[in-house]
Amino acid sequence: MGAPPFTAGSPRRWGDRIFSNLAVGAAVTILALLAGVALFLLIEALPAASAGADRLPEGKSLVDYIAPLAFGTVLAATIAVLIAVPLAVAAALFISHIAPRRIVLALGYLVDLLAAVPSIVYGLWGIFVLGPAAVPVLEWLEAKLGFIPFFAGPASSTGRTMLVAGLVLAVMILPIVSAVAREVFSQTPRQLQEGALALGATRWEMIRMTVLPFGKSSIVSGAMLGLGRALGETMAVTIILSVSGIVTFNLISQANPSTIAANIALDFPESSGLAVNTLIASGLVLFAITLVTNLAARAIIARQNVQ
Amino acid sequence: MQAPGDKASPLVATLGGGVLPGWAPYGVVAGSALFAAAVLLGAGAFSVALLLVASTVVSCLAIYLWSRAVEGRRRAFDRLVTFAVVAAFALALVPLLSLLFEVAKRGLPGLDWEFLTGSPRGIVGGGGAAHAIVGTVVITGVAAVISVPIGIMAALYLTEYGGGRLRRALTFFVDVMTGIPSIVAGLFAYALFAIFLGPGIRLGVMGSVALSVLMIPIVIRSSEEVLKIVPNDLREAAYALGTPKWKTIVKVVLPTALAGLITGVMIAVARIVGETAPLLVTTGVVDSINSNPLEGRMQNLAVYAYSEYRTPGVMKEASYDRAWAAALTLIAIVMILNLVARLVYRRYRTEIR
Repeated sequence: MGAPPFTAGSPRRWGDRIFSNLAVGAAVTILALLAGVALFLLIEALPAASAGADRLPEGKSLVDYIAPLAFGTVLAATIAVLIAVPLAVAAALFISHIAPRRIVLALGYLVDLLAAVPSIVYGLWGIFVLGPAAVPVLEWLEAKLGFIPFFAGPASSTGRTMLVAGLVLAVMILPIVSAVAREVFSQTPRQLQEGALALGATRWEMIRMTVLPFGKSSIVSGAMLGLGRALGETMAVTIILSVSGIVTFNLISQANPSTIAANIALDFPESSGLAVNTLIASGLVLFAITLVTNLAARAIIARQNVQ
Repeated sequence: MQAPGDKASPLVATLGGGVLPGWAPYGVVAGSALFAAAVLLGAGAFSVALLLVASTVVSCLAIYLWSRAVEGRRRAFDRLVTFAVVAAFALALVPLLSLLFEVAKRGLPGLDWEFLTGSPRGIVGGGGAAHAIVGTVVITGVAAVISVPIGIMAALYLTEYGGGRLRRALTFFVDVMTGIPSIVAGLFAYALFAIFLGPGIRLGVMGSVALSVLMIPIVIRSSEEVLKIVPNDLREAAYALGTPKWKTIVKVVLPTALAGLITGVMIAVARIVGETAPLLVTTGVVDSINSNPLEGRMQNLAVYAYSEYRTPGVMKEASYDRAWAAALTLIAIVMILNLVARLVYRRYRTEIR
């Protein structure tokens, strides 16, 4: 996109210089902003890292304080991804290959709407609607599947459990997973699909032999992006989960590990001094975890684009 | 993509022999629902949730067995998968419908004139959310004022100027930025201001900075999309007339993309207007109306909904009602923004052929 040459020193030339400097300035500002996020978090987290355990909240060392939270974070996000991915892939397949063409746009809009709902609303819905509705299911799980550690119980009577929090997170990340998968599913080369059909494949056989192999890495990267979202999601978990700081795989009881984000939201407003620094340190850990997850997802997407 | 073979065609028929009639899927669903309802009523364990689960399972089984008997194994499995996919899609939408219904049902009673115009200052366990609405508008507005110029200029850099390492770095780090958890953005804003203004600080503008971290990448992504589809012919025509590059951008490229840019900004605003976590740690909770982002704490709708839930007053139910009313207001704002954004795009976009 070469601009025409101008005589040096003309006023036009100045306009160009200013404008292009503004554009470069904006680009640099954004990079600086991102560096600033890491830097300022690091500065504010340092006091907690250098302080002794006796001066930190709960009298634990920083690692002992953050580890159970990190466990809860990963556990909740993992549940969310396990539930969301199959549903999201099905939703993507439905929209890209099965639904009548006339309603595809409207369906896509409906799925996107799920992403537009603010997380605080998901939280309220989770604790007032889904939680109570889930109690009979939790009790059933305890009674019938109690031998599995995940469902050891005793089942919560309010539904404020890890499983319900994971379910709500699953709903929240479903649109992003589905969008990534849908995008690639609909790019499956037509010749492959029509070739499969021409050889007598049913629609499912065509999907299994062409669409799914083609979209495999998009499912993985979508799942990773969803995982990143779920790891950092705050309000829904803050509201729904009844936390007790323990480390357990029991998904249906009243005592649950908290997550990093929820712990910050719960404690930050009332904290001061080193407690704030500790919370910021835990936020830095969360930042690092989501960063790694997202980078992995992007790397998969980039490799796929090269092919 | 509509696969051929949806309608019963002779080609498909050769798979197994016969073909199910066109109404078969609908018939199976209706029949299974009736059957499941009868069984559940007979067992005395009727509930809507159970009915939906049971009829899904029964209809999947029924279509498979019927199709297998008439059409053969492969065609039957195809029908089974189709049923399962449709069921999964429906299942994914159940939360959305339930959520919209419940928010409307529980939010409407509390959503009256007093809620929209009153403030809770000096009223124990009552009052409205005017302070939160003012705060939402101010915080989001300031965030937009910060994010839109930076975002659009950066998008212009990517599409009109950029090259080499800075461009690649920007593309990459914008992706990274979209993945920053909202609470981390809040902590960043807090850390930034705490270093310069001392710990424990809470300001409206801190919330705006936090939201900008979330909003900028969205603005860049959407602006880049629409700037990319502005045809090069337009730019070259302007250059051929001797127009300098910056004037080409301002007079040709931006106006062509205007509808798309506005749509992108509105969707970005809709994305951040409901954010709670970053504001919880930056703008604090307060009872009075504050419209100055540079001084003092500032309430907003999302945090208001949260604190009405978390610390209900003496009259618990009234507090919960207000939380739901705030949630309904938020959802309404988000939906209206999304709808208007789409309308703007449809109505005003420049036809590019």
